[in-house]
Order: sequence, then C-alpha cells, then structure tokens
Amino acid sequence: MSDVSGSTNQQSPGPDLPAASEQAIDRENPAVVSRRWLLLKAGVALNGLVGLALAVPVVRYLLTPVRKDSAYKSWISLGPADQFPVGETRLISYKNPWTRPWDGATDNVACYVRREGAAQFTVFAINCAHLGCPVRWFPQSQLFMCPCHGGVYYADGSRASGPPERGLFTYDYKIAGGQLQIDAGQMPSLSNSAKLVTIASPAANGAKDGDCPCRG
Amino acid sequence: MPGIKQAAKQVYDWFERRLQLEGPVKDAVLHKVPRNTASWWYVFGSAAFTLLMLQIVTGILLALVYVPSAAEAWNSLNVLNHQIPLGWFLRAVHAWGSNFMVAVVFIHMAQVFLFGAYKFPRELTWTVGVFLLLATLGMAFTGQVLRFDQDAYWGLGIGVFILSRVPWAGGALVHLLLGGPVIAGETLSRFFALHVFVIPGTLLFLALVHVWMVLKLGINEWPMPGRLVRKETYIAEYNKLAHEDGIPFVPGAFWKDLIFSAAVMAAVGVCAAVFGPSGPGGQPDPSIIQTVPKPDFPFLWIYAVLSYLPPSMETPFILIAPILMIAGLLAVPFVAGEGEKSWHRRPVAVLALSMVAVSWAVFTHLAMSTPWSPHMSAWSGDTLPVEYLREATPLVRQGAVIFQAKQCRNCHSVGGHGGERGPALDAVATRMTPDQMRYKVVTGGGNMPAYGKNLSPPEIEALVSFLETLHPKNEPPAFDPSQQSAQSSPAAPTGSDSP
Repeated sequence: MSDVSGSTNQQSPGPDLPAASEQAIDRENPAVVSRRWLLLKAGVALNGLVGLALAVPVVRYLLTPVRKDSAYKSWISLGPADQFPVGETRLISYKNPWTRPWDGATDNVACYVRREGAAQFTVFAINCAHLGCPVRWFPQSQLFMCPCHGGVYYADGSRASGPPERGLFTYDYKIAGGQLQIDAGQMPSLSNSAKLVTIASPAANGAKDGDCPCRG
Repeated sequence: MPGIKQAAKQVYDWFERRLQLEGPVKDAVLHKVPRNTASWWYVFGSAAFTLLMLQIVTGILLALVYVPSAAEAWNSLNVLNHQIPLGWFLRAVHAWGSNFMVAVVFIHMAQVFLFGAYKFPRELTWTVGVFLLLATLGMAFTGQVLRFDQDAYWGLGIGVFILSRVPWAGGALVHLLLGGPVIAGETLSRFFALHVFVIPGTLLFLALVHVWMVLKLGINEWPMPGRLVRKETYIAEYNKLAHEDGIPFVPGAFWKDLIFSAAVMAAVGVCAAVFGPSGPGGQPDPSIIQTVPKPDFPFLWIYAVLSYLPPSMETPFILIAPILMIAGLLAVPFVAGEGEKSWHRRPVAVLALSMVAVSWAVFTHLAMSTPWSPHMSAWSGDTLPVEYLREATPLVRQGAVIFQAKQCRNCHSVGGHGGERGPALDAVATRMTPDQMRYKVVTGGGNMPAYGKNLSPPEIEALVSFLETLHPKNEPPAFDPSQQSAQSSPAAPTGSDSP
C-alpha cells in the first residue's frame, strides 16, 4: 500500500545499525538461510504428521455408518401369522430395529405381507425398485402401483410395467412361535442384500402362469 | 457541524490507519471497465451474490427456531408457519430466495456462455462458476431435505436409489448419505450440517474467489463480431479498451447492479408475501404411504427424465450422464478458450444453449403434470360422462363398473378425467377391434400390465363390451374385414371369441 501515513513511519522503531548489519550478514550466510529453510520444512512436516494423526480418527468417525448389511439387520416380528388371511396382501408397519431416540416417526417402516399358504408368505418392501417411492396395493386389480414414475408390479411382486428393471424387493421371513418375523433393518436398495433375494413364485395362486407374459 | 464532521473524520482515520482498506477498496471500486459493459446484461452475477447474502441472513434467522431433529423438525416448521409472528414470511423469503438464486445463477451462466466470457484468460472464473452452480443446487437439495416432510423423506429415498446404483461402493455411499441404514435422525443431522456449514462455507469462499478473479482480470468486454480472442494479444487489447474507452466501475456500471439487485430482492419479497412459504407437506412418517412425492422446482426436470428412460438405460444414464454434464461444462473454456466471442458468429453455441433451455423447459413442464404417473384415486373418484352410459345394456354397464373397479381409470382417462399413463379411451373403439382389445387386456404389453390373471372371462367380456361403445357418434368402430368376410361365408364358425 503506497499511502501508508508518515506517522506510522515515525512510530516504528528507528533503524538500529548493529541489528541491521547482523541481518545483512545473516542474509548473506547460506548456512543460516538453509538452516531457516530446514526449520520451515520441519515445521511443515510436523504439521503434516499431526494432521495425519488427527485425520485418522476423523475418517474413522466419518465412516461410522458404513457397516455390513448384517450389522444393521435383525429379525423383527410383524405380529401373529394368523392375522394375515391366506390369499391376501396386507399393508403393515413395524419399528425399525436400528433407532435413535430422536428419530421421531421415521422409525415406522411399512411393508406388504402376502400370504400364499398356511406357512407360505412373501413380504414385500414398500419401496418401488425404480427409485424407492412407496408403492400402493390395489386388491381389485391385484397390482402394486407407484405414484412417482408409474412402475407397476403384479401380485407376486414381479414387474408389470414402467421404468423398474426388476420386481419388488422382498424380506426373508420365518415363523417363530406363531409370529411372522422378517429380517429387516435397512432401506432396501439396489446395492444391498435385497438384490440377492429372489422373488417368490406364486405357486399357490399361479394357476395360469403361462397366461401372464410379464414383459420386460 | 464542522466539529462533528471533523470528529467523524478522526474516527475514520483511526480505523483506516489500522485496517488500511482504503487503497484496495478504491482500486476495486474505481478500476476502469470497458464502457459498453455497463449494461443490463451484466447484472446477474451481482444479483446472485445479493441473493446469497439474503439466503445467509434469512437462513440464520430461521435457525433461531428450527430444530434439526428428525422428531421435531416438522413440528418446528409448523410453529414457524403458524405461531411465530411473520415466521411464515421468513420461511417464504428463504424458499423464494432459493428459487430466485437458482434461476439467477442459471441465467448468469447462460449469459456468460452466450457472451463468450469464459474464454482466455477467464477459464478459471468459469470453472469456479461451475462449482458455484453445483453448490447452489446442493443448497437447494439439502434445503428441501431440511423441510423434512413427506417430499423430503421420499426425495431422499430417490437419492438412495440413485447412489445405490454405483457399482461396488453403492452400499457404503448410501450408508454415508443416510448416516445409517434408513432415513432417520442421523440423516437429518448430517443434511443440516451440509446445508448450514459445509456447502454455504464452500459457496461463500468460491464466490469470493470468483469475484476476486473478475476484479483482477477485468469484466468481459462486450463481444463484437470479428474481434477474436488470441492468448498472445488479448491482455494488451483488453487493457487498451478498458483504458481508452473505459469508465470507472463505480458509479458507471455499478448503479445498474444495485438497481437490479434491489428489484430481485423486491420480487422475492412480493412472491413470499403473495405465495407464502413452501410446505411443510405431510409429516415424515414412512408408514403413511398415501403420498405422491415430488422434488422441488430445480430438480423437476430430473424427475421427468427418470420416468422416460427405458429400464435398461436407467443405471448407465443415472451414473454416466451427471459426470458427462459436469465434465462438459468444465471443458467449455478449454475446448473453446480462444476465437470468436460474439453470439452472431457462434451458431453452435447458440443452438446448444437453446436446445438445453427448451429441453429443460419441456421436462420441467412435464414434471408438473406427471403424465406418466397413475392417478391413484381416479378409479374411485372420477366419474364417467353420463352420455357414455345412456341407453347402455346391462353388460355394457357391468363393463363400465369393471373399468372403474379394476383401476383401468388410474392410467386411462375417459371424458378428460383419469390417468395419462396410457392413451385416453374415449375413442378406443375406432382404433381397436374387440379381439384386439381382448388380447391387449389379457396379455398387456408395452406399458400395460397383463390382466389375464386378474379378470375372469365374463369380466373381460363385459369390459370389452363397454370399450366397444367408446367411439364418437359420427365415427364407426373399428372392425376386422377378414372376420366380416368369414362370417358372411357359409362355413364361418360362429361365436368363437374367447381369447
């Protein structure tokens, strides 16, 4: 800045001849200069080292949510198996097993239970296999329809039409002590274990499988 | 009076001696800009910055009340809307400020592109601008999440499904996005951190770098056809232009910035007062599935594109298109860093911009009406026009009931009401013979599910009888000439119309 006022100059300490000459000597002495550069490098290295040491716990902290699917999932009861009539699909919700006290209503997860026989169930995730919107069941036409992009699924969860590439996601289930239990705890998506579960074939209901060219 | 003036001058001097800001501020304010850049076309950048300031101020004011907790966020927004005096207005200003900021940033970018302002030596200014655009969109998305209603919840779900398509790392990315296995408390907390600390910090820093470069490199001169940019000569040419035919930035050009910024802020205020705040919609309880989620305005076009992609294209498009788009934007100044700046001599640039603008407008318009979505309550709520059933036989009436009860109406409109996923059926009998209708109903195809399993043969018969009646009075229904000739011949089989 060219317009530093004169008073500032007056306030600054006057030139000290011995100090100035000492500085002049220092500047010309390569040993001294290289020592300063070495110290600077040491300072940078020290900061890098401390930064790295602090970064490790930070990264570990940030990666906390990344776990195996099995770490999040557990068996959850959907209630007595007898509450689901054979041949029907019912909407039911359960509390997600992985919770925090401040989750509010987001803990409630909906799913569809379809009972095909005495001990034969298919439990569908609510999420459309396209982009996860909640599908709605229409018992009259035996179709699941998605309000977002128009994905439609048949009663057995297979894709009927629209953008989804696959059928609805299903949960593994078991009957324990008369209770219908599902292995849940994670939002189903195309990257987690949901993709490994194959859609149950509608053996109980599928009298005319050949009639249904589930195209796509 | 002179005493007060002198005292004020002394106070000013006291600060100035310590801050020493007068020099750099004078340099910035009085630097010369080419005369014809003092134009109304050059006001969008400063307006975007003004809107950023408005968003920061209103954001801080909202944070005085907002509770970033999944259990309480929705309630606190309702308290802001209904219980705190003018809380609704602040929410509305923040929401409309966001819409305006996204719009102004896009307009600014289009103007810069059209004026060739990204060319040498302003390549880095453009690059930083691309990241500013991304940060602005990031603010819009995270802001939508903070509104923590049903749209926010299921919008996040869409984010999850997009990220989950990333090969190998998809699952980990989803967990990082959500802060856990599902959309819940930790999800909102991390989006709060992004919306309030991380992205605004980045945005502010990048905006200052952007403005710094505009000051250091000078504002882009008005493009003239035939005045080409060459790296060897440009700087000298620009300096000559700015000094020989230049005016000081303040007040020469700055008064237009000031007036436009004030107009934009006034528009935000008027929109906020007239249209009010945005939501919150239904409470974020995922067990309430009677919802039709929709993203906010800046993302409607993506919502539309995703519904038109064929299934096989979904994953490749979702993963590759954003990378190509961003890479394309970043590449612009490095591909075309020299040469013609004027839009009169850059037809490809003008066409490209027009195409992007028109596509964006079409997709956004489509996403407002979502013709691809079934109307979930059309079957139970929409009425059939009376004239369609006047003098109808019992079988036809039965067919009309089936048409409603089996949710055909959710995708097919009749009498102007119903879904638009499939074609309107008001004149279906003129397009398809009864046999073709039977086949289509039973086997489906294209975007229609197969109803073979869900309808009994008598139901199909009744439905087709109804559909057969759907044609204008002056237009005969379609018929199969081969069948007619077969029926008129003596050996023709009769009544064999089962599928």
